[in-house]
Amino acid sequence: MNKLQITLNGILKSNPVFVLVLGMCPTLGTTTSASNGMGMGLATMAVLIMSNLVISLIKNLIPDKVRIPAFIVVIASFVTIIQMLMEAFVPALYASLGVFIPLIVVNCIILGRAEAFASKNSPLDSIFDGIGIGLGFTLALTVIGAVREILGSGAIFGVSLGIADVMPLVFVLAPGGFLTLGYLMVLFNKLAKK
Amino acid sequence: MKSTLINMVAVLFSITLIASAGVGAVNMITVEPIAAAKAAATEAALGVVLPAFDQTEVAEQTIDEMPIKVYTATKEGQTVGYAVETMTKSGFSGVVKLMVGFLPDGTINNVNVLQQAETPGLGTKMCDEGNPLLAGVKGKEATGTFRVKKDGGEVDALTAATISSRAYLDAVNRACVAMMNATGQEAPDMVSGATATTANAEQTEPAAQEGGQNE
Repeated sequence: MNKLQITLNGILKSNPVFVLVLGMCPTLGTTTSASNGMGMGLATMAVLIMSNLVISLIKNLIPDKVRIPAFIVVIASFVTIIQMLMEAFVPALYASLGVFIPLIVVNCIILGRAEAFASKNSPLDSIFDGIGIGLGFTLALTVIGAVREILGSGAIFGVSLGIADVMPLVFVLAPGGFLTLGYLMVLFNKLAKK
Repeated sequence: MKSTLINMVAVLFSITLIASAGVGAVNMITVEPIAAAKAAATEAALGVVLPAFDQTEVAEQTIDEMPIKVYTATKEGQTVGYAVETMTKSGFSGVVKLMVGFLPDGTINNVNVLQQAETPGLGTKMCDEGNPLLAGVKGKEATGTFRVKKDGGEVDALTAATISSRAYLDAVNRACVAMMNATGQEAPDMVSGATATTANAEQTEPAAQEGGQNE
């Protein structure tokens, strides 16, 4: 597989949300608005690229039986580092996303890619897999967030469309999250099959 | 790689050692910028809720086991207002922190939301300019007894966000109490007020609540 194929694979054929159905907790929890979804996606992508790279580099040094704890330590360290860097240098972004960052540690996409891809492939391929899966996750979360924000609070990326009063509130709540995710999943798989 | 006791222990030990060293190093780099960013945020919030000032003095209080900071702002030696960094734990999700500014005559000058994690599109409206909660307390005398209309008070709640509205007023009331403590006035009985708010929250019909969102 060349690098472009690996990247596209992450976005389309094995899109983490719509096809692999991984990472549902952050997907449903953070997509109450488009910007929240996008922020969560980008933060996850940053962690995913770095953890994929490091795990791919050290894969031959880790005994099989302790590989999962080793991966988790690597991932958790990166998440903590990103959290501290964000709080220090982009406090505005941290203020809106801070609560989601620790959720990345338990995001099964990251451990899933470490186990399924990075521990079997070269460091460079692993970086591109991180970019592809990360972009796929970001796109999915942004789209879900945008749909829920438009339908639920009549706004997009925080900009009010002036239709808030006639919109069904349920879409920013949990049931609306499941509905939106379900219908978008159907739509995505229908289009991807063609 | 084949697992043996020795290589498992050695590998896990070295990975955790390297990881903790890395986290520690980043912490050393970021500890100062984080403190500076927090100080800048406080400074900005003070500027929003107070009239022009050139100096602040801070004092700490504990009300209902929550730390509350009272800033006394002065300009050329003259007290121009008080700002209270207040909080509440009765928000819809997580802690809500507000900065409430008071004028020396005991009226509320302005309120700034420092931190909240309420439902976007509903409870988050408490951050908007000119929202009904802010309009309901701004310029009013700081009695510490603000209530939403549903609870028999005077303040309009945010649409479909009664819990967030109660939390907001709870924090504002706590700020009033802290300000009165700081200026030596008789404070109203905060504890009974807080209990009444909680009891009412439980009785509310589901339709009026924000709905469930578990993360």
